[in-house]
Amino acid sequence: MISIAVASGKGGTGKTFVATNMFNALLQKGEKCHLVDCDAEAPNSVAFFKATELRRNRVTQPVPVIDTSKCTYCGLCHDYCNYNAIFILPHISFIQVITDLCHSCGACTVACKYNAISETDVTLGEVISYTFRGEPRITEASMNTGVMSPVSVIKKAIRETDDMSGTVIFDAPPGTSCPFIQTVARADYTILVTEPSPFGLSDLKQSAETLLSMGKPFGVIINRSGTGNRDVYKYLEDAKIPLLLEIPFRKETAELYSEGKLLSDSDNVFSEQLSETAKTIAASYGNSGNKR
Amino acid sequence: MEIAVISGKGGTGKSSISAAFATAAENIVLADCDVDAANLYLLFDPSHEEEAVYIAGHKAVIDYDKCTNCSLCADYCRFDAIETVNDRVKIIEVSCDGCFLCSRICPVQAISMVPNDRSRMYAGSFRKGKMVYGRLAPGEENSGKLVNMVREKARDIAEENGIDTILLDGPPGTGCPVISTITGVDKAVIVTEPTISGLSDLKRAIEVVTKFGLEALVIINKADINQSMSEAIIEWCSGENIKIAGTLPYEPLVLNAMISKMSIIEFDENLSISKKIKEIWNNLLNN
Repeated sequence: MISIAVASGKGGTGKTFVATNMFNALLQKGEKCHLVDCDAEAPNSVAFFKATELRRNRVTQPVPVIDTSKCTYCGLCHDYCNYNAIFILPHISFIQVITDLCHSCGACTVACKYNAISETDVTLGEVISYTFRGEPRITEASMNTGVMSPVSVIKKAIRETDDMSGTVIFDAPPGTSCPFIQTVARADYTILVTEPSPFGLSDLKQSAETLLSMGKPFGVIINRSGTGNRDVYKYLEDAKIPLLLEIPFRKETAELYSEGKLLSDSDNVFSEQLSETAKTIAASYGNSGNKR
Repeated sequence: MEIAVISGKGGTGKSSISAAFATAAENIVLADCDVDAANLYLLFDPSHEEEAVYIAGHKAVIDYDKCTNCSLCADYCRFDAIETVNDRVKIIEVSCDGCFLCSRICPVQAISMVPNDRSRMYAGSFRKGKMVYGRLAPGEENSGKLVNMVREKARDIAEENGIDTILLDGPPGTGCPVISTITGVDKAVIVTEPTISGLSDLKRAIEVVTKFGLEALVIINKADINQSMSEAIIEWCSGENIKIAGTLPYEPLVLNAMISKMSIIEFDENLSISKKIKEIWNNLLNN
């Protein structure tokens, strides 16, 4: 199998556009393929397919509960917590867990010498599986609004695809911080989608640097080519980063996308280009034994 | 007054609109809170007057001279960040959350915690006032704390210089850095686009904004790309009692403006999009 993350530093460069069309193009070729929407803060890949919900798995995290009948207000749990998630006023015997700040590291339970801390689960979001054309083929990570970090939900969604064969495509979250890292760390190869604009280039550089520092292989797709300027091309050449494909800007493409339609359904050349790109990547990086 | 510009979905034109707002204003403090992908400094080239280090958490490091390879740390770690590789316990740096637990329980004190100190906050002046922006080092945790640092600095500068308006360009999404951007602002403007994904992300962004007791104002950018979808968004908003601050046309010159390091208003103030953005900005200030 091969897992390919489709990512972009900047939002709105066409990451979901590439991920959904690549998935569709491979299915058109009769290839085995699975799509994972890892953009848990704004998941919407599923909207492009007539998919049926199969099941929902809740994603929870354990948070501490303090038994005040056992608590001595010694404050060690507070000292152990590196996230300021335990608020304590020993002189008036007050202690409270601030659930929103808790990272579930378990340090407070280790700290407590009086067995006063147990744990309970709070819900962070869901991993939703969908059938498409008769088989389970799409997995979506969806974080509840108001939750701080999507990382646990993303990890769980990816873990559900661990034993799959064929091509697994991750529609990655934007940015270059934790959610992005946790997605690309689990992929054999990463495609960065960018656009030939100054904002696009600046964000591409940041993503490329991150992947280089992680030692992960990657290449670039330039979307909306023919607009903007040539600075992105020059950067790719100088940095010796492979340019996998250019997708020319056409207003009709934007219109189709806005209606939730896939360009690969009506444009055979585009479909062919995407499935070939995926196959070339799989030939070089598939079954690399990447630990996921 | 503090006005935040956010968007559920990335690439809706949030930063280009923020840039245009900033140049419609007379004297402003502009805070780029999209610390993960700060872009506005590219357009405004602010002077470099102040710089501060932001510590984005810590990472565990094992001292192999002391380590007895007992792997107790791996048993305690809940982030799958410690593994045995070639018979040696090893920290998986990208997974380490910096919770300190391994360093506390190690029986031989072989683990130390090293601060991630490559992220920065900058402050300076630009052609329309003052500017503060954060740059998160690639791969470091975007906890929202850098956003808080940027916002505090912006408030200090506003006070010192007698500037009334702070404009915040927020990050996409709905997570921690977004929450840090909108907490306590006077107005939250959400930029969306008339696409299936735009609408679904708009709903999530509104959920967050209302959860924090704020009024959401919506701008539909590139409205003419899909007129019927734009109308559907307007109808949905009116059903939910959410105000539309305005709709903007798709304008290819926005990209030319960006390449020329200008906002669209600076590029050509007579374009219909420029006039509309000015009108929206004035309404935001006066209503």
